[in-house]
Amino acid sequence: MTAATASSNGRVAPARVYKLHARPAWRRFLLTREAAIIALLILVIAIASVTVRNFDSPLTVTYLLRDVAPILLIALPMTLIIITEEIDLSVASIVGLSSVTTGILTNAGWPFVAAALTAIFVGVLCGVVNGFLVTVVGLPSLAVTIGTLALFRGIAVGLLGTTAITDFPEFWTDIAKANIPGTPIPVIMIPFAILAIIFAVLLHFTPFGRSLYAIGLNKEAAQFSGIDVGRTKFILFVLSGAVSGFAGVYFTLLYSNARGDNAMGMELQVIAAVLLGGVSIFGGRGALHGVIAGVLLIGTLGSALRLAGVTSDIINVITGVLLILSVVSASFLAWLQARRSAAVGKKKGRAGTSPDGS
Amino acid sequence: MTVLDTRPVQPGSSSAAALVRRIATARETGILIALLLVIVAATVANPSFLFSGDGFRDLLLTPSLLLLVAIGSAIVIITRNVDLSVGSIVGLTAYLTGRMFIDIPGIPLIGVFIGGVLLGGFLGLINGALVAFARVPALVITLGTLYIYRGINVAWAGGNRINASDLPKDFRALGTDRILGIPILTIIAAVVLIAAAWYLRNLRSGRELYAIGSDPAAAHLYGLRVTRRVIGAFVVSGALAGLAGVLYAARYGTVSSAAGFGWELQAIGAAVIGGVAISGGVGTVWGAAIGAFLLLTINRALPILGIDDFWQRAVVGALIIGSIVLDRVLAVRQHRRLIAQREVDR
Repeated sequence: MTAATASSNGRVAPARVYKLHARPAWRRFLLTREAAIIALLILVIAIASVTVRNFDSPLTVTYLLRDVAPILLIALPMTLIIITEEIDLSVASIVGLSSVTTGILTNAGWPFVAAALTAIFVGVLCGVVNGFLVTVVGLPSLAVTIGTLALFRGIAVGLLGTTAITDFPEFWTDIAKANIPGTPIPVIMIPFAILAIIFAVLLHFTPFGRSLYAIGLNKEAAQFSGIDVGRTKFILFVLSGAVSGFAGVYFTLLYSNARGDNAMGMELQVIAAVLLGGVSIFGGRGALHGVIAGVLLIGTLGSALRLAGVTSDIINVITGVLLILSVVSASFLAWLQARRSAAVGKKKGRAGTSPDGS
Repeated sequence: MTVLDTRPVQPGSSSAAALVRRIATARETGILIALLLVIVAATVANPSFLFSGDGFRDLLLTPSLLLLVAIGSAIVIITRNVDLSVGSIVGLTAYLTGRMFIDIPGIPLIGVFIGGVLLGGFLGLINGALVAFARVPALVITLGTLYIYRGINVAWAGGNRINASDLPKDFRALGTDRILGIPILTIIAAVVLIAAAWYLRNLRSGRELYAIGSDPAAAHLYGLRVTRRVIGAFVVSGALAGLAGVLYAARYGTVSSAAGFGWELQAIGAAVIGGVAISGGVGTVWGAAIGAFLLLTINRALPILGIDDFWQRAVVGALIIGSIVLDRVLAVRQHRRLIAQREVDR
């Protein structure tokens, strides 16, 4: 922007102005979507621990983290997928299918570890199906995953019907419900932290991760610059399937319950959280710390409001409003900035000479 | 064009033959055949599926509500948008319908219909305005309003539900009565379907929806009123969902806060099965309507064919994937054929 207005005034423009470096460092780090979401999260936590009774009790923290853990897990690969301008609506169905697989195999006398690994493998297979249809056949991922959403859920429901399997080895259900000794933090946060670090490094510090942004911004350009777009997307869908499969095993253990309709509707919660965390649905924008803050924000708000006696439907309304505000505010701010720079440009044009603005 | 004109008249180029060819190659025909096959198979397995009075009525009645919603979804998808909030709009208007009968005793039926359609249209207007003015993807906006509308519904209804005894008898009769053997609901759905199909095919503004869906930027440059048309599509989708909500109350009598839950994906699925491309600009409401018919008829036919009805959702999923793969294959073939044609014409 600065470069364009400057050169239109006939002044010598610097050879290249990187938009990001046009602002001081503190602005670049603090005035971002991610920082805003994190600030909002801290604000909600601060207000809730002062005004809501029992919010700061260890039990609340435990239950909060336990319940959001599946969403946190799935949000990681979902972020990567949305950054490449695709979407995966089938994740919750994969969770359900994986949960049913775990249940049926355990019931059939398999050792639990083998059953769980098979369930994760089923998740991988689901991801392969999605990835194949999107990258090899070349279909839009929205349509494909609406189809596989119904397909995987249908297989899960078809396998178990209305029965539920509730008999799981106590050793494993205890682990799923246990806390890290001495803290109110559930054990599931350890694999989550490991996965989060892996995904963060993958997304932000590897050529593979950077190529995701390139694909999301311009697929053709990415292809021409030597990125194998199809293979990259295929890997992402498989990752998403694998993580969803793992989340399904955890979900089964946490509630000691394998049913076909487990985690119904979770895909929308995951996507809402990811978008709230600053990932653009148009692709090419977003960061993992924002997404994690987004998931926690929705979870914390829900938990605080529930403790304050607000019914869960209002929480849904708030989730929706937050989601819309987060995207509308982004385009509103962009519009405002465009207007401001246009106004500045006009003023400069009239005055003829002006000091360097902004 | 001039090249074509100088050629001798070829056999099979009369208007009747062209009509036959068009019907035979139409995307909708395949789905229609699939639908007929399902009906025939179910009828062979159990003749009362079609030939008993109730069977025939249910065959027509069950898909009517989804058909209305699917028409709206198809119109929105044709403009390269998507409306995920229709299920919540159905739920909200169905509850509103019940409340109107309870809170305003003696309200005329037409008032209830107007109220439901207006509320639906207004909710659609919110979607459309947010999508068109904020230039935010419809997927995100309608995902948000899906939550908001459903939340308002649950907050409003609480644990209450509308019971059949709350609704006047002549309103309930709408849901089950027949004229000449055809359920009234189906007639309403058919009238809406024909009107929508005629609008999309013959009116300028209807054709503009296709132009916008094919290439929004080009449509804008060409001078089409993209914003207005997109808002219009969402209003229509909302209003049809509102109409479906009113009829939902008439058909089922009981309305809980979960009415219409999950319909959005069924409606989109119906449109996709019927050949409406999710990337916009392609498809007809006829296809979406047949898709809706097929989806719900399969649901009813599976138990008759001896397949456990727990599997119906898997069949629906396979159907959606099968039809988009088919569309893709057809598109690739046509692409090749057009290239070959160009070589010949040169």
